[in-house]
Amino acid sequence: MRITVTVNGREQDHEVEPRLLLVHYLRDVVGLTGTNVGCDTSSCGACTVHLDGEAVKACTVLAVQADGAEITTIEGLATDGEMHPMQEAFRQCHGLQCGYCTPGMVMASLSLLDENPSPSDDEIRDGLEGNLCRCTGYQNIVAAVRQCADGRQEVTA
Amino acid sequence: MTTVESEPAAEADPAVLSSTMPDGQDASAGGVIGTRRLRREDPALLTGKEKFTDDLDVPGALHMAILRSPYAHARIVSVDTTEATSLPGVEHVFTGRDLTEAWAAPMPCAWPVTEDMKSPEHRPLAVEQVNHVGDGVAVVLARSNAEARDAIDAIDVTYEPLEAVIGLDDALSDRVLVHPELGTNTSYRWELKLDEEAVDRAFADAVHVVEERYVQQRLMPMFMEPRACVAVPQPTGGGLTLYSSTQIPHILRVMLAVTTGLPEHQLRVVAPAVGGGFGGKLNVYADELLVTVLAHRLDTPVRWVEERTENAMATIHGRGQIQHIELAADAEGKVTAVRVDLTADMGAYLQLVTPGIPLLGAFLYCGVYDVGAFSFGCTGVFTTKTPTDAYRGAGRPEATYAIERAMDSLAAKTGIDPADLRMRNFIGTDQFPYTAVTGLTYDSGNYEGALAKCKDLVDYDGLRAEQARRRDTGETKHLGIGISSYFEMCGLAPSRVLASLNYSAGGWEAATVRVLPTSKVQVVTGTAPHGQGHETSWAMLVADKLGMSPDDVDVLHSDTSVAPSGMDTYGSRSLAVGGVAVTMACDKVIEKARRIAAHQMEAAEDDLEFAGGEFAVRGSPDRTMPLAAVAFEAFTAHDLPDGEEPTLEAQVTYDPPNFSWPFGTHICVVEVDEETGQVDVLTYGAIDDCGNQVNPLIVEGQVHGGIVQGVAQALFEEVVYDADGNLQTSTLAEYMVPGAPDVPHMTTGSTITPSPTNPLGVKGVGEAGTIGAAPAVMNAVVDALAPLGVHDIDMPASPMKVWSAIQAARGAEAGDVGTDASSAQGGPDAQVTGRDDGRDGAK
Repeated sequence: MRITVTVNGREQDHEVEPRLLLVHYLRDVVGLTGTNVGCDTSSCGACTVHLDGEAVKACTVLAVQADGAEITTIEGLATDGEMHPMQEAFRQCHGLQCGYCTPGMVMASLSLLDENPSPSDDEIRDGLEGNLCRCTGYQNIVAAVRQCADGRQEVTA
Repeated sequence: MTTVESEPAAEADPAVLSSTMPDGQDASAGGVIGTRRLRREDPALLTGKEKFTDDLDVPGALHMAILRSPYAHARIVSVDTTEATSLPGVEHVFTGRDLTEAWAAPMPCAWPVTEDMKSPEHRPLAVEQVNHVGDGVAVVLARSNAEARDAIDAIDVTYEPLEAVIGLDDALSDRVLVHPELGTNTSYRWELKLDEEAVDRAFADAVHVVEERYVQQRLMPMFMEPRACVAVPQPTGGGLTLYSSTQIPHILRVMLAVTTGLPEHQLRVVAPAVGGGFGGKLNVYADELLVTVLAHRLDTPVRWVEERTENAMATIHGRGQIQHIELAADAEGKVTAVRVDLTADMGAYLQLVTPGIPLLGAFLYCGVYDVGAFSFGCTGVFTTKTPTDAYRGAGRPEATYAIERAMDSLAAKTGIDPADLRMRNFIGTDQFPYTAVTGLTYDSGNYEGALAKCKDLVDYDGLRAEQARRRDTGETKHLGIGISSYFEMCGLAPSRVLASLNYSAGGWEAATVRVLPTSKVQVVTGTAPHGQGHETSWAMLVADKLGMSPDDVDVLHSDTSVAPSGMDTYGSRSLAVGGVAVTMACDKVIEKARRIAAHQMEAAEDDLEFAGGEFAVRGSPDRTMPLAAVAFEAFTAHDLPDGEEPTLEAQVTYDPPNFSWPFGTHICVVEVDEETGQVDVLTYGAIDDCGNQVNPLIVEGQVHGGIVQGVAQALFEEVVYDADGNLQTSTLAEYMVPGAPDVPHMTTGSTITPSPTNPLGVKGVGEAGTIGAAPAVMNAVVDALAPLGVHDIDMPASPMKVWSAIQAARGAEAGDVGTDASSAQGGPDAQVTGRDDGRDGAK
């Protein structure tokens, strides 16, 4: 099947197998390997991307289902070489170690704040339930999301 | 994050501890060590630019898929690859038999712990018999991963199933032999029995004796990046490069040469960005050998990436022990002897260091206590399960669990508060260096200090008061307080000690520090980071020594062409061995630079002081020569002292004189609902002492992650097999890696007791959290349930198990004969544990 997808603002046009998953489309066809694969049961969230502005696990979406959609991956967050405030918050708070879950975690965190701009720490933890991290124990990830949320509040205040 | 301020201990080296810098700021000369410097690794990881192994674009590579046994134990009658070979995209299919001639040696086990240890022949693909679910049988090479995976389903294997061997007592009985050719399921018996008479005497004289049996359930490392590898024949020269998601590129290169027969000097191993390891990538795996041999044979790149289910079946598991521990104590609760006997589950084969894992814990069963008599024995036994091997802590969490749980049993028996009991038994701060009954010498410690600080951190006395209040008022939500005072031996390891344990390699580490003509610095390290931030920390070490910005220091690693010498990253060794090597190489650079500077400044070497990146003549502060100028002089070599070699570079290979011995106390506070069995962690306090800290930000991160892996063992994770050896937890939907809502907020802090055995005074922190955590949590759970008559619960303490334990205790109180009042081994593990007791091993 032929699909047209906008990925990080650039239109992509490819012939794909109907069974191709969005995550493999992004990695193997478009060549954006920042989105990672950590499991085969939609449990780990490493492959989280934004599809039309909402976080989805790219291993649960077929590439053909994304036809006509706008996708944002971790590679699409930085602007003019400056990391997105969420990326910067993860760095400031040491919210990553091996970094493998990080792209998915950052994308999920952004979605979380879109839905709830001033979450409590418990709400942050609940909001990231679908994303597993084996290195950090989550504490500094929660701190990073909090820092980013607080930064946004300051900007709008 | 809550952090308790660190306090340097009295003996701390002020030169190392002097500085603290605000978060993330650049530090200038000196004053870098001890700052919370942000990691240089992060931007590439945060923007998706970093390349993990499966991210590598290798044109023309064939994709390998591995057909794995669905049986735990079966003879291979026939393998028919006809249909698979004819499928679209398929280039080659190989069975185990097709490749029997491809191997120069079997899969390696580098730790033959005894002279008579039994080890079955282990080939990358099984030929005649499969011995665990996930054992490799055949491989397909196809033009795409999807086509390769389609084709393995088309391979027709006829198996003759054999009985599975699951429980450890069943395995020990030799009722069914996993490997009939060995004549037994016992791989080895290893003992540390230095003075049995003294042990027997202590038990005979004891006023209190504690005897406990603990089950260390199997765990999976579950690093987030699945393992992957790509073998690429070099276009010229006949060499081959293996890219692999490994913790051990250097050891892997040696083992590749040994097993494949390819010449070592033509093999290059690269570990690109590695997404966690926790011991699971400290191994030599069949897939790595297969892609290497097949790429070499076909002169084509071959790549492989595991699915999570394969990871669960065919990457090593951890733990898997049954522990018997006995304590003898006098009337005051002073422990006089410890006797331990283990049965350790090897799984189906001996992987790289499988048999040695329990031995890494053997020396820790007396814990942080001054105990005069000790006896240890361990039997390693084969089962038809995935091989076990190193998982974060490797033997040391198991040992700590046993002694710390048993100490709480002793506290209950004597009526002494668990904190007081520990204080009575600690090795005193004035006893260091302390030579233990095992013969090993602990470098430094302040165990009382860590416990006292942790008690303050959580308001221990207030918690005990609240606990008493709840008990008095009969509340159904019980408060439990669990202490774990741990230590560990890490910084693996003095090579001579490894030799005495029959380990096949050394424990040294290599470093090169190279000052380039423009005074930028390259550090080459033999460590192989996979999340620990060595690039950041090693640059800090060099910047501090040479008086420059860390930004001018590049750290090269994990590529045997760039860093040919090294022993890699595991066992909390990287800083205490590799980091020390980096520092010593800096010293050698300064020494050489001093000779050159003295020559050029026409001053005596002894008159030169080096500080802030420049040499100055003592007493004449205006006569200076920056290191940068020396580096350029060393490069041009126009005017060097007679006999001095050009360039400013030094290499060090450092073999540590001792292990390092970090320690600390963790206190976990839980609330257990007696009506549901639900365990909630209310407070988790941890005081860890890893000696001097190079980067406290990274130390905290290691502690957090480590604690959560220990909490996960206590409350969530467990590998479950059914009676036929089918893996019941083969996905992340079934194997309960905790998510953010499942784990507590931790309050961490530290004391600093430098190690006197290395110039940095560092100890290592990668495994400490995991070692300390599980017993703290389980002591808290058991403490909560003590009024209900519950004495023990097997990990993980799921609501089902906790609830069952409460019901069993109530049944016993009511005189329900046959119910074990004091312990619960319910839940999924009950089946396995039951078979460990030999009750239902036969089908």
